[in-house]
Amino acid sequence: MSDLNKLGLAEARDALRKGDVTSVELTESCLKAIDDADALNAFVHKTPEIALERAKAADERIKGGDAPAMCGLPIGIKDLFCTKGVPSQAASKILEGFKPEYESTVSQQLAEAGAVMLGKLNMDEFAMGSSNETSVYGNAVSPWRRGNDDAQLTPGGSSGGSASAVAADLCLAATGTDTGGSIRQPAAFTGITGIKPTYGRCSRWGIVAFASSLDQAGPMTKNVRDAAIMLEAMCGHDPKDSTSTELAVPNFEAMLTGDIKGKKIGIPKEYRMDGMPAEIEKLWADGAEMLKAAGAEIVDISLPHTKYALPAYYVIAPAEASSNLARYDGVRYGRRATLAQGDGITEMYEKTRAEGFGHEVQRRVMVGTYVLSAGFYDAYYNRARRVRTLIKKDFEDVFAAGVDAVLTPATPSAAFGLGEMTEADPVQMYLNDVFTVTVNLAGLPGVSVPAGLDKQGLPLGLQLIGRPWEEGDLLNTAYALENAAGFVAKPGKWW
Amino acid sequence: MSIDQSTAAKVAKLARIKVEDDALPALASEFNTILGFIEQLNEVDVEGVDPMVSVEPMRLKRREDVVTDGNQQAKVLANAPDAREGFFAVPKVVE
Repeated sequence: MSDLNKLGLAEARDALRKGDVTSVELTESCLKAIDDADALNAFVHKTPEIALERAKAADERIKGGDAPAMCGLPIGIKDLFCTKGVPSQAASKILEGFKPEYESTVSQQLAEAGAVMLGKLNMDEFAMGSSNETSVYGNAVSPWRRGNDDAQLTPGGSSGGSASAVAADLCLAATGTDTGGSIRQPAAFTGITGIKPTYGRCSRWGIVAFASSLDQAGPMTKNVRDAAIMLEAMCGHDPKDSTSTELAVPNFEAMLTGDIKGKKIGIPKEYRMDGMPAEIEKLWADGAEMLKAAGAEIVDISLPHTKYALPAYYVIAPAEASSNLARYDGVRYGRRATLAQGDGITEMYEKTRAEGFGHEVQRRVMVGTYVLSAGFYDAYYNRARRVRTLIKKDFEDVFAAGVDAVLTPATPSAAFGLGEMTEADPVQMYLNDVFTVTVNLAGLPGVSVPAGLDKQGLPLGLQLIGRPWEEGDLLNTAYALENAAGFVAKPGKWW
Repeated sequence: MSIDQSTAAKVAKLARIKVEDDALPALASEFNTILGFIEQLNEVDVEGVDPMVSVEPMRLKRREDVVTDGNQQAKVLANAPDAREGFFAVPKVVE
Protein backbone atom coordinates (compact mmCIF):
# COMPACT_ATOMS: atom_id res chain seq x y z
CA MET A 1 0.00 0.00 0.00
CA SER A 2 1.24 3.51 -0.76
CA ASP A 3 0.41 6.84 0.84
CA LEU A 4 -0.40 5.20 4.14
CA ASN A 5 -0.35 8.61 5.82
CA LYS A 6 -3.50 9.46 3.85
CA LEU A 7 -5.57 6.84 5.64
CA GLY A 8 -8.06 7.68 8.34
CA LEU A 9 -8.14 5.97 11.73
CA ALA A 10 -10.89 3.47 10.90
CA GLU A 11 -9.35 2.43 7.57
CA ALA A 12 -5.90 2.05 9.11
CA ARG A 13 -7.27 0.13 12.08
CA ASP A 14 -9.05 -2.31 9.78
CA ALA A 15 -5.93 -2.72 7.61
CA LEU A 16 -3.81 -3.37 10.72
CA ARG A 17 -6.22 -5.98 12.00
CA LYS A 18 -6.30 -7.74 8.65
CA GLY A 19 -2.53 -7.74 8.59
CA ASP A 20 -2.40 -5.74 5.36
CA VAL A 21 -0.11 -3.18 6.94
CA THR A 22 1.99 -2.74 10.07
CA SER A 23 2.06 0.14 12.51
CA VAL A 24 5.75 0.64 11.71
CA GLU A 25 4.85 1.12 8.02
CA LEU A 26 2.08 3.58 8.88
CA THR A 27 4.37 5.45 11.23
CA GLU A 28 7.26 5.63 8.76
CA SER A 29 4.91 6.97 6.11
CA CYS A 30 3.74 9.73 8.47
CA LEU A 31 7.28 10.55 9.61
CA LYS A 32 8.31 11.03 6.00
CA ALA A 33 5.28 13.23 5.31
CA ILE A 34 6.15 15.30 8.38
CA ASP A 35 9.75 15.78 7.25
CA ASP A 36 8.51 16.90 3.83
CA ALA A 37 6.14 19.45 5.36
CA ASP A 38 8.33 21.82 7.35
CA ALA A 39 6.79 24.65 5.30
CA LEU A 40 3.53 24.09 7.18
CA ASN A 41 5.25 24.46 10.57
CA ALA A 42 2.66 22.11 12.04
CA PHE A 43 4.92 19.70 13.95
CA VAL A 44 7.16 21.75 16.24
CA HIS A 45 8.73 18.93 18.24
CA LYS A 46 9.18 15.70 16.29
CA THR A 47 9.49 12.46 18.24
CA PRO A 48 10.42 9.81 15.66
CA GLU A 49 12.22 7.56 18.18
CA ILE A 50 9.23 7.43 20.51
CA ALA A 51 6.97 6.89 17.51
CA LEU A 52 8.90 3.92 16.12
CA GLU A 53 9.29 2.35 19.54
CA ARG A 54 5.53 2.58 20.16
CA ALA A 55 4.77 1.37 16.64
CA LYS A 56 6.86 -1.77 17.20
CA ALA A 57 5.12 -2.39 20.52
CA ALA A 58 1.75 -1.90 18.83
CA ASP A 59 2.61 -4.40 16.10
CA GLU A 60 3.43 -6.96 18.79
CA ARG A 61 0.16 -6.25 20.51
CA ILE A 62 -1.82 -6.59 17.29
CA LYS A 63 -0.11 -9.92 16.59
CA GLY A 64 -1.10 -11.05 20.07
CA GLY A 65 -4.73 -10.27 19.31
CA ASP A 66 -5.01 -7.64 22.07
CA ALA A 67 -5.48 -4.45 20.11
CA PRO A 68 -7.83 -1.66 21.16
CA ALA A 69 -9.17 0.57 18.37
CA MET A 70 -6.35 3.13 18.52
CA CYS A 71 -3.58 0.52 18.63
CA GLY A 72 -0.80 1.28 16.17
CA LEU A 73 -2.37 4.47 14.81
CA PRO A 74 0.05 7.41 14.42
CA ILE A 75 -1.27 10.72 15.74
CA GLY A 76 -0.04 14.20 16.63
CA ILE A 77 -0.41 15.77 20.07
CA LYS A 78 -1.09 19.47 20.58
CA ASP A 79 1.74 21.20 22.44
CA LEU A 80 -0.72 22.07 25.25
CA PHE A 81 -0.62 18.45 26.49
CA CYS A 82 2.16 17.58 28.91
CA THR A 83 4.09 14.64 27.51
CA LYS A 84 6.70 13.00 29.69
CA GLY A 85 10.26 13.88 28.74
CA VAL A 86 9.12 15.69 25.57
CA PRO A 87 9.02 19.51 25.34
CA SER A 88 5.56 20.81 26.25
CA GLN A 89 5.57 24.56 25.90
CA ALA A 90 1.99 25.62 25.13
CA ALA A 91 3.75 27.48 22.28
CA SER A 92 5.07 29.98 24.83
CA LYS A 93 8.54 31.34 25.40
CA ILE A 94 7.92 31.23 29.14
CA LEU A 95 7.88 27.40 29.03
CA GLU A 96 11.07 27.18 26.97
CA GLY A 97 12.95 24.04 27.88
CA PHE A 98 10.13 22.60 29.98
CA LYS A 99 10.04 18.81 29.82
CA PRO A 100 7.31 17.43 32.06
CA GLU A 101 8.08 14.60 34.45
CA TYR A 102 4.55 13.30 33.89
CA GLU A 103 2.05 12.59 31.13
CA SER A 104 -1.38 14.20 30.71
CA THR A 105 -4.27 11.82 31.36
CA VAL A 106 -5.60 12.14 27.79
CA SER A 107 -2.25 11.45 26.10
CA GLN A 108 -1.62 8.65 28.63
CA GLN A 109 -4.96 7.02 27.76
CA LEU A 110 -4.16 7.29 24.06
CA ALA A 111 -0.72 5.77 24.65
CA GLU A 112 -2.21 2.93 26.68
CA ALA A 113 -4.67 2.30 23.87
CA GLY A 114 -1.62 1.83 21.65
CA ALA A 115 -1.69 5.12 19.73
CA VAL A 116 1.67 6.23 18.34
CA MET A 117 2.77 9.80 19.14
CA LEU A 118 4.56 11.38 16.17
CA GLY A 119 5.35 14.68 17.89
CA LYS A 120 3.95 17.91 19.26
CA LEU A 121 1.82 20.29 17.26
CA ASN A 122 1.89 24.06 16.85
CA MET A 123 -0.84 26.21 18.41
CA ASP A 124 -1.55 29.74 19.59
CA GLU A 125 0.35 30.65 22.75
CA PHE A 126 -1.52 29.18 25.76
CA ALA A 127 -4.37 28.45 23.29
CA MET A 128 -5.17 32.17 23.10
CA GLY A 129 -5.87 33.01 19.49
CA SER A 130 -7.91 32.10 16.44
CA SER A 131 -5.21 32.05 13.76
CA ASN A 132 -2.11 30.35 15.22
CA GLU A 133 -0.26 33.66 14.85
CA THR A 134 0.57 34.08 18.56
CA SER A 135 2.85 31.01 18.72
CA VAL A 136 6.47 31.29 19.83
CA TYR A 137 7.25 28.76 17.08
CA GLY A 138 5.89 31.08 14.38
CA ASN A 139 2.72 30.65 12.35
CA ALA A 140 1.33 27.27 11.46
CA VAL A 141 0.30 27.38 7.80
CA SER A 142 -2.80 25.87 6.23
CA PRO A 143 -2.26 23.37 3.40
CA TRP A 144 -5.20 25.08 1.65
CA ARG A 145 -4.77 27.97 -0.79
CA ARG A 146 -7.17 30.33 -2.57
CA GLY A 147 -7.08 28.85 -6.05
CA ASN A 148 -3.73 29.67 -7.62
CA ASP A 149 -2.97 32.48 -5.16
CA ASP A 150 0.12 31.51 -3.19
CA ALA A 151 -0.71 33.71 -0.17
CA GLN A 152 -0.34 31.73 3.04
CA LEU A 153 -3.60 31.12 4.90
CA THR A 154 -4.26 30.50 8.56
CA PRO A 155 -5.25 26.98 9.57
CA GLY A 156 -7.28 28.66 12.35
CA GLY A 157 -6.54 28.51 16.03
CA SER A 158 -5.76 27.76 18.59
CA SER A 159 -5.34 24.13 17.45
CA GLY A 160 -3.84 25.32 14.15
CA GLY A 161 -0.96 22.85 13.99
CA SER A 162 -3.36 19.97 14.64
CA ALA A 163 -5.69 21.15 11.87
CA SER A 164 -2.90 21.71 9.38
CA ALA A 165 -1.29 18.34 10.13
CA VAL A 166 -4.51 16.34 9.77
CA ALA A 167 -5.62 18.20 6.63
CA ALA A 168 -2.19 17.71 5.03
CA ASP A 169 -2.11 13.99 5.96
CA LEU A 170 0.96 14.31 8.17
CA CYS A 171 -0.79 12.13 10.73
CA LEU A 172 -3.99 10.10 10.85
CA ALA A 173 -5.54 12.33 13.52
CA ALA A 174 -4.54 14.75 16.27
CA THR A 175 -5.57 15.94 19.68
CA GLY A 176 -6.92 19.45 20.09
CA THR A 177 -8.32 21.53 22.90
CA ASP A 178 -11.24 23.93 22.78
CA THR A 179 -11.91 26.83 25.17
CA GLY A 180 -13.96 29.05 22.85
CA GLY A 181 -13.81 27.24 19.51
CA SER A 182 -10.18 26.13 19.25
CA ILE A 183 -11.05 22.68 17.87
CA ARG A 184 -14.10 23.54 15.79
CA GLN A 185 -12.89 26.74 14.08
CA PRO A 186 -9.58 25.27 12.79
CA ALA A 187 -11.40 22.07 11.77
CA ALA A 188 -13.82 24.18 9.72
CA PHE A 189 -10.99 26.21 8.15
CA THR A 190 -9.14 23.09 7.00
CA GLY A 191 -11.94 20.76 5.92
CA ILE A 192 -11.64 18.24 8.75
CA THR A 193 -13.87 17.06 11.61
CA GLY A 194 -13.43 18.22 15.20
CA ILE A 195 -15.51 17.60 18.30
CA LYS A 196 -15.44 19.33 21.65
CA PRO A 197 -17.14 16.96 24.07
CA THR A 198 -19.31 17.91 27.06
CA TYR A 199 -17.36 19.70 29.78
CA GLY A 200 -16.15 16.97 32.12
CA ARG A 201 -15.90 14.19 29.49
CA CYS A 202 -12.12 14.39 29.08
CA SER A 203 -9.78 14.85 31.99
CA ARG A 204 -8.00 18.21 32.00
CA TRP A 205 -5.16 16.83 34.12
CA GLY A 206 -1.79 17.54 32.54
CA ILE A 207 -3.21 19.90 29.92
CA VAL A 208 -1.75 23.38 30.38
CA ALA A 209 -4.69 25.37 31.78
CA PHE A 210 -6.13 28.42 29.99
CA ALA A 211 -9.68 28.88 31.36
CA SER A 212 -10.49 25.91 33.56
CA SER A 213 -14.29 26.17 33.46
CA LEU A 214 -14.27 26.17 29.64
CA ASP A 215 -11.28 24.02 28.52
CA GLN A 216 -11.98 20.59 27.00
CA ALA A 217 -9.83 18.28 24.92
CA GLY A 218 -11.16 16.53 21.83
CA PRO A 219 -10.10 14.76 18.63
CA MET A 220 -9.43 16.35 15.22
CA THR A 221 -9.86 13.78 12.50
CA LYS A 222 -10.45 13.12 8.80
CA ASN A 223 -14.07 12.05 9.26
CA VAL A 224 -16.85 11.54 11.80
CA ARG A 225 -16.21 7.83 12.34
CA ASP A 226 -12.61 8.59 13.26
CA ALA A 227 -13.79 11.27 15.70
CA ALA A 228 -16.03 8.68 17.41
CA ILE A 229 -13.16 6.17 17.68
CA MET A 230 -10.62 8.64 19.04
CA LEU A 231 -13.03 10.44 21.38
CA GLU A 232 -13.86 7.17 23.10
CA ALA A 233 -10.18 6.59 23.81
CA MET A 234 -9.73 10.12 25.18
CA CYS A 235 -12.77 10.21 27.51
CA GLY A 236 -13.37 8.81 30.94
CA HIS A 237 -13.34 9.54 34.63
CA ASP A 238 -10.07 10.65 36.16
CA PRO A 239 -9.73 11.11 39.94
CA LYS A 240 -6.98 13.66 39.22
CA ASP A 241 -9.51 16.10 37.68
CA SER A 242 -12.24 16.94 40.17
CA THR A 243 -14.52 18.17 37.35
CA SER A 244 -14.24 14.96 35.32
CA THR A 245 -17.48 13.00 35.23
CA GLU A 246 -17.96 9.46 36.50
CA LEU A 247 -20.37 8.61 33.69
CA ALA A 248 -19.53 5.52 31.66
CA VAL A 249 -18.09 6.15 28.19
CA PRO A 250 -20.31 4.64 25.48
CA ASN A 251 -19.07 2.96 22.32
CA PHE A 252 -19.51 6.05 20.15
CA GLU A 253 -18.65 4.30 16.91
CA ALA A 254 -21.42 1.73 17.42
CA MET A 255 -23.89 4.61 17.59
CA LEU A 256 -23.13 5.72 14.02
CA THR A 257 -26.14 4.32 12.21
CA GLY A 258 -26.77 7.36 10.03
CA ASP A 259 -30.44 7.05 10.95
CA ILE A 260 -31.75 10.41 12.20
CA LYS A 261 -35.43 9.90 11.38
CA GLY A 262 -37.61 11.88 13.74
CA LYS A 263 -34.73 13.85 15.25
CA LYS A 264 -35.57 17.48 15.87
CA ILE A 265 -32.90 19.90 14.65
CA GLY A 266 -33.09 23.52 15.80
CA ILE A 267 -32.05 26.48 13.63
CA PRO A 268 -31.35 29.44 15.93
CA LYS A 269 -32.39 32.76 14.42
CA GLU A 270 -29.82 34.69 16.47
CA TYR A 271 -26.97 33.05 14.53
CA ARG A 272 -28.07 34.89 11.40
CA MET A 273 -25.53 37.67 11.77
CA ASP A 274 -25.47 40.97 9.90
CA GLY A 275 -22.88 40.91 7.17
CA MET A 276 -22.67 37.10 7.10
CA PRO A 277 -21.35 36.03 3.67
CA ALA A 278 -24.08 34.68 1.38
CA GLU A 279 -22.06 31.49 0.92
CA ILE A 280 -22.22 30.73 4.65
CA GLU A 281 -25.92 31.50 4.68
CA LYS A 282 -26.43 29.08 1.77
CA LEU A 283 -24.26 26.38 3.31
CA TRP A 284 -26.33 26.58 6.48
CA ALA A 285 -29.65 26.35 4.58
CA ASP A 286 -28.27 23.45 2.51
CA GLY A 287 -27.20 21.66 5.70
CA ALA A 288 -30.70 21.98 7.12
CA GLU A 289 -32.15 20.61 3.87
CA MET A 290 -29.77 17.63 3.97
CA LEU A 291 -30.79 16.75 7.52
CA LYS A 292 -34.43 17.14 6.56
CA ALA A 293 -33.97 14.85 3.58
CA ALA A 294 -32.42 12.31 5.95
CA GLY A 295 -35.65 12.30 7.96
CA ALA A 296 -35.03 14.94 10.62
CA GLU A 297 -37.55 17.60 11.52
CA ILE A 298 -36.20 21.15 11.17
CA VAL A 299 -37.55 23.71 13.64
CA ASP A 300 -36.85 27.41 14.10
CA ILE A 301 -35.62 28.16 17.59
CA SER A 302 -34.46 31.16 19.58
CA LEU A 303 -31.39 31.40 21.79
CA PRO A 304 -32.01 34.97 22.93
CA HIS A 305 -28.75 35.66 24.78
CA THR A 306 -26.44 34.59 21.93
CA LYS A 307 -25.28 38.15 21.31
CA TYR A 308 -23.86 38.36 24.83
CA ALA A 309 -21.86 35.14 24.69
CA LEU A 310 -18.72 36.68 23.21
CA PRO A 311 -18.52 39.62 25.65
CA ALA A 312 -19.23 37.25 28.58
CA TYR A 313 -16.50 34.94 27.30
CA TYR A 314 -14.03 37.82 27.09
CA VAL A 315 -14.57 38.48 30.79
CA ILE A 316 -14.64 34.91 32.08
CA ALA A 317 -11.81 33.42 29.99
CA PRO A 318 -9.28 36.22 30.72
CA ALA A 319 -10.27 36.20 34.41
CA GLU A 320 -9.55 32.48 34.67
CA ALA A 321 -6.42 32.87 32.56
CA SER A 322 -5.02 35.59 34.79
CA SER A 323 -5.42 33.24 37.72
CA ASN A 324 -4.11 30.12 35.95
CA LEU A 325 -1.11 31.89 34.43
CA ALA A 326 -0.04 33.34 37.79
CA ARG A 327 2.02 30.16 38.16
CA TYR A 328 4.52 31.29 35.50
CA ASP A 329 6.79 33.20 37.82
CA GLY A 330 10.25 32.06 36.76
CA VAL A 331 10.72 29.97 39.89
CA ARG A 332 9.56 26.40 39.39
CA TYR A 333 9.78 25.73 35.67
CA GLY A 334 10.41 27.34 32.34
CA ARG A 335 12.26 30.51 31.68
CA ARG A 336 13.52 33.17 34.05
CA ALA A 337 14.58 36.62 32.80
CA THR A 338 18.16 37.72 33.25
CA LEU A 339 18.16 40.09 36.19
CA ALA A 340 20.06 43.31 36.75
CA GLN A 341 22.22 43.95 39.78
CA GLY A 342 19.98 44.67 42.76
CA ASP A 343 16.76 43.28 41.20
CA GLY A 344 14.52 41.70 43.81
CA ILE A 345 11.86 39.05 43.50
CA THR A 346 9.19 41.45 42.19
CA GLU A 347 11.47 42.57 39.35
CA MET A 348 12.14 38.91 38.63
CA TYR A 349 8.43 38.18 38.27
CA GLU A 350 7.75 41.30 36.20
CA LYS A 351 10.68 40.88 33.82
CA THR A 352 10.14 37.13 33.45
CA ARG A 353 6.48 37.55 32.57
CA ALA A 354 7.12 40.54 30.28
CA GLU A 355 9.65 38.64 28.17
CA GLY A 356 8.09 35.20 28.53
CA PHE A 357 4.50 36.01 27.56
CA GLY A 358 3.62 37.22 24.07
CA HIS A 359 1.50 40.27 23.41
CA GLU A 360 -1.93 38.60 23.26
CA VAL A 361 -1.30 36.56 26.40
CA GLN A 362 -0.15 39.66 28.30
CA ARG A 363 -3.23 41.52 27.13
CA ARG A 364 -5.60 38.79 28.28
CA VAL A 365 -3.86 38.31 31.62
CA MET A 366 -4.14 42.05 32.26
CA VAL A 367 -7.79 42.25 31.17
CA GLY A 368 -8.48 39.33 33.51
CA THR A 369 -6.60 41.05 36.32
CA TYR A 370 -8.66 44.18 35.76
CA VAL A 371 -12.08 42.48 35.76
CA LEU A 372 -11.18 40.62 38.95
CA SER A 373 -9.74 43.64 40.73
CA ALA A 374 -11.40 45.25 43.75
CA GLY A 375 -14.26 47.49 42.69
CA PHE A 376 -14.83 45.79 39.31
CA TYR A 377 -15.39 42.18 40.31
CA ASP A 378 -19.16 42.57 40.57
CA ALA A 379 -19.57 44.87 37.60
CA TYR A 380 -17.63 42.64 35.22
CA TYR A 381 -16.88 39.16 36.49
CA ASN A 382 -20.07 38.44 38.44
CA ARG A 383 -22.23 40.02 35.73
CA ALA A 384 -20.55 37.86 33.09
CA ARG A 385 -21.17 34.75 35.18
CA ARG A 386 -24.85 35.69 35.49
CA VAL A 387 -25.10 36.13 31.74
CA ARG A 388 -23.44 32.73 31.39
CA THR A 389 -26.26 31.21 33.45
CA LEU A 390 -28.75 32.76 31.00
CA ILE A 391 -26.85 31.46 27.95
CA LYS A 392 -26.93 27.95 29.35
CA LYS A 393 -30.63 28.34 30.12
CA ASP A 394 -31.30 29.29 26.49
CA PHE A 395 -30.04 25.84 25.48
CA GLU A 396 -31.82 24.06 28.32
CA ASP A 397 -35.08 25.60 27.17
CA VAL A 398 -34.74 24.39 23.57
CA PHE A 399 -33.64 20.92 24.67
CA ALA A 400 -36.63 20.79 27.06
CA ALA A 401 -38.84 21.64 24.06
CA GLY A 402 -37.63 18.45 22.38
CA VAL A 403 -34.78 19.70 20.20
CA ASP A 404 -32.09 17.03 19.79
CA ALA A 405 -29.37 19.15 18.19
CA VAL A 406 -28.78 22.68 16.99
CA LEU A 407 -27.34 23.41 13.53
CA THR A 408 -25.24 26.54 12.95
CA PRO A 409 -22.35 27.65 10.76
CA ALA A 410 -19.01 26.81 12.42
CA THR A 411 -17.35 30.13 11.54
CA PRO A 412 -18.47 33.49 10.14
CA SER A 413 -16.05 33.20 7.18
CA ALA A 414 -13.59 30.90 5.44
CA ALA A 415 -9.91 30.97 6.46
CA PHE A 416 -8.22 34.34 6.12
CA GLY A 417 -4.63 35.07 5.13
CA LEU A 418 -1.85 35.03 7.70
CA GLY A 419 -1.11 38.65 8.62
CA GLU A 420 -4.39 39.94 7.21
CA MET A 421 -5.80 40.61 10.65
CA THR A 422 -2.66 42.25 12.06
CA GLU A 423 -4.04 45.76 11.76
CA ALA A 424 -7.50 44.86 13.08
CA ASP A 425 -8.34 45.58 16.69
CA PRO A 426 -8.40 42.52 18.99
CA VAL A 427 -12.20 42.38 19.02
CA GLN A 428 -12.25 41.73 15.23
CA MET A 429 -10.18 38.59 15.79
CA TYR A 430 -12.41 37.54 18.69
CA LEU A 431 -15.43 37.55 16.32
CA ASN A 432 -14.10 34.34 14.75
CA ASP A 433 -15.48 32.50 17.74
CA VAL A 434 -18.94 34.04 17.63
CA PHE A 435 -20.69 30.73 16.75
CA THR A 436 -18.57 28.49 18.96
CA VAL A 437 -18.15 30.22 22.36
CA THR A 438 -21.78 29.72 23.37
CA VAL A 439 -21.09 25.98 23.45
CA ASN A 440 -18.16 26.32 25.87
CA LEU A 441 -20.09 28.69 28.12
CA ALA A 442 -22.95 26.17 28.30
CA GLY A 443 -20.58 23.19 28.64
CA LEU A 444 -22.21 21.36 25.71
CA PRO A 445 -20.75 19.04 23.07
CA GLY A 446 -20.22 20.63 19.65
CA VAL A 447 -18.87 19.17 16.43
CA SER A 448 -17.67 20.83 13.23
CA VAL A 449 -18.26 18.93 10.01
CA PRO A 450 -16.83 20.02 6.63
CA ALA A 451 -19.78 20.76 4.37
CA GLY A 452 -18.61 22.63 1.29
CA LEU A 453 -16.16 24.94 -0.44
CA ASP A 454 -16.48 28.68 -0.94
CA LYS A 455 -15.94 30.32 -4.33
CA GLN A 456 -12.21 30.61 -3.65
CA GLY A 457 -12.06 26.87 -3.10
CA LEU A 458 -11.69 27.03 0.68
CA PRO A 459 -13.49 24.66 3.06
CA LEU A 460 -16.49 25.75 5.13
CA GLY A 461 -17.87 23.86 8.11
CA LEU A 462 -21.19 23.43 9.84
CA GLN A 463 -21.52 23.03 13.58
CA LEU A 464 -23.91 20.73 15.39
CA ILE A 465 -24.50 21.31 19.10
CA GLY A 466 -25.85 18.45 21.20
CA ARG A 467 -27.38 17.75 24.58
CA PRO A 468 -24.96 17.30 27.46
CA TRP A 469 -23.37 13.81 27.60
CA GLU A 470 -25.00 12.80 24.31
CA GLU A 471 -21.92 12.90 22.10
CA GLY A 472 -22.94 9.56 20.59
CA ASP A 473 -26.25 10.91 19.33
CA LEU A 474 -24.55 14.13 18.22
CA LEU A 475 -21.90 12.23 16.28
CA ASN A 476 -24.60 10.17 14.61
CA THR A 477 -26.32 13.35 13.40
CA ALA A 478 -22.91 14.62 12.25
CA TYR A 479 -22.43 11.31 10.43
CA ALA A 480 -25.73 11.77 8.60
CA LEU A 481 -24.70 15.30 7.64
CA GLU A 482 -21.29 14.07 6.47
CA ASN A 483 -22.89 11.37 4.32
CA ALA A 484 -25.25 13.88 2.74
CA ALA A 485 -22.66 16.64 2.23
CA GLY A 486 -20.17 14.23 0.65
CA PHE A 487 -17.22 16.55 1.27
CA VAL A 488 -14.13 14.92 -0.28
CA ALA A 489 -11.97 17.91 -1.31
CA LYS A 490 -8.32 17.86 -0.29
CA PRO A 491 -5.73 20.62 -0.60
CA GLY A 492 -3.33 20.25 -3.53
CA LYS A 493 0.21 19.56 -2.35
CA TRP A 494 2.44 22.66 -2.76
CA TRP A 495 4.66 22.25 0.29
CA MET B 1 -15.67 53.23 32.06
CA SER B 2 -12.49 54.43 30.45
CA ILE B 3 -9.01 53.32 31.37
CA ASP B 4 -6.27 55.91 31.59
CA GLN B 5 -2.52 55.34 31.59
CA SER B 6 -2.22 55.25 35.34
CA THR B 7 -4.91 52.56 35.60
CA ALA B 8 -3.12 50.58 32.86
CA ALA B 9 0.11 50.88 34.84
CA LYS B 10 -1.67 49.70 38.00
CA VAL B 11 -3.16 46.68 36.22
CA ALA B 12 0.26 45.76 34.79
CA LYS B 13 1.70 45.97 38.29
CA LEU B 14 -1.06 43.77 39.72
CA ALA B 15 -0.47 41.23 36.93
CA ARG B 16 3.28 41.35 37.61
CA ILE B 17 4.07 42.17 33.99
CA LYS B 18 6.63 44.88 33.33
CA VAL B 19 5.28 47.43 30.85
CA GLU B 20 7.56 50.30 29.81
CA ASP B 21 6.08 53.78 30.22
CA ASP B 22 6.08 54.46 26.49
CA ALA B 23 3.91 51.35 25.91
CA LEU B 24 1.19 52.47 28.33
CA PRO B 25 -0.88 54.66 25.96
CA ALA B 26 -1.28 51.81 23.44
CA LEU B 27 -2.10 49.37 26.22
CA ALA B 28 -4.74 51.68 27.71
CA SER B 29 -6.27 52.10 24.27
CA GLU B 30 -6.47 48.31 23.74
CA PHE B 31 -8.07 47.87 27.16
CA ASN B 32 -10.67 50.46 26.24
CA THR B 33 -11.51 48.67 23.00
CA ILE B 34 -11.99 45.37 24.81
CA LEU B 35 -13.86 46.86 27.75
CA GLY B 36 -16.08 48.81 25.35
CA PHE B 37 -17.01 45.47 23.80
CA ILE B 38 -17.66 43.95 27.23
CA GLU B 39 -19.91 46.89 28.22
CA GLN B 40 -22.70 45.28 26.15
CA LEU B 41 -23.29 43.00 29.12
CA ASN B 42 -24.92 45.95 30.89
CA GLU B 43 -27.89 45.61 28.52
CA VAL B 44 -28.81 42.23 30.01
CA ASP B 45 -31.33 41.99 32.84
CA VAL B 46 -29.58 39.74 35.36
CA GLU B 47 -31.86 40.52 38.29
CA GLY B 48 -32.33 37.38 40.37
CA VAL B 49 -29.96 35.29 38.19
CA ASP B 50 -27.26 33.38 40.04
CA PRO B 51 -23.68 33.64 38.75
CA MET B 52 -22.61 30.31 37.26
CA VAL B 53 -20.04 28.43 39.29
CA SER B 54 -19.89 25.28 37.19
CA VAL B 55 -21.73 24.13 34.06
CA GLU B 56 -22.67 20.89 35.78
CA PRO B 57 -24.31 21.56 39.12
CA MET B 58 -22.01 19.40 41.18
CA ARG B 59 -20.22 19.35 44.44
CA LEU B 60 -16.54 18.84 43.86
CA LYS B 61 -15.53 15.35 44.84
CA ARG B 62 -13.47 14.94 47.94
CA ARG B 63 -10.91 12.30 48.77
CA GLU B 64 -9.52 10.97 51.99
CA ASP B 65 -7.13 13.37 53.63
CA VAL B 66 -4.09 11.11 53.32
CA VAL B 67 -0.68 11.35 51.72
CA THR B 68 -0.87 9.98 48.15
CA ASP B 69 2.40 11.13 46.71
CA GLY B 70 5.82 12.39 47.62
CA ASN B 71 9.56 11.72 47.72
CA GLN B 72 10.09 13.23 44.28
CA GLN B 73 12.38 16.12 45.07
CA ALA B 74 14.61 15.60 42.05
CA LYS B 75 11.63 15.47 39.68
CA VAL B 76 10.03 18.52 41.24
CA LEU B 77 13.23 20.51 40.82
CA ALA B 78 14.18 19.12 37.41
CA ASN B 79 12.65 22.00 35.44
CA ALA B 80 13.57 24.84 37.79
CA PRO B 81 15.61 27.66 36.23
CA ASP B 82 17.69 27.82 39.41
CA ALA B 83 17.67 24.96 41.91
CA ARG B 84 20.29 24.62 44.64
CA GLU B 85 20.75 22.15 47.46
CA GLY B 86 17.25 20.78 47.07
CA PHE B 87 15.54 24.17 46.94
CA PHE B 88 14.19 26.61 44.37
CA ALA B 89 16.55 29.59 44.41
CA VAL B 90 15.20 33.14 44.03
CA PRO B 91 16.61 36.64 44.60
CA LYS B 92 16.77 37.73 48.20
CA VAL B 93 13.23 38.32 49.53
CA VAL B 94 13.93 39.64 53.05
CA GLU B 95 16.46 42.40 53.74
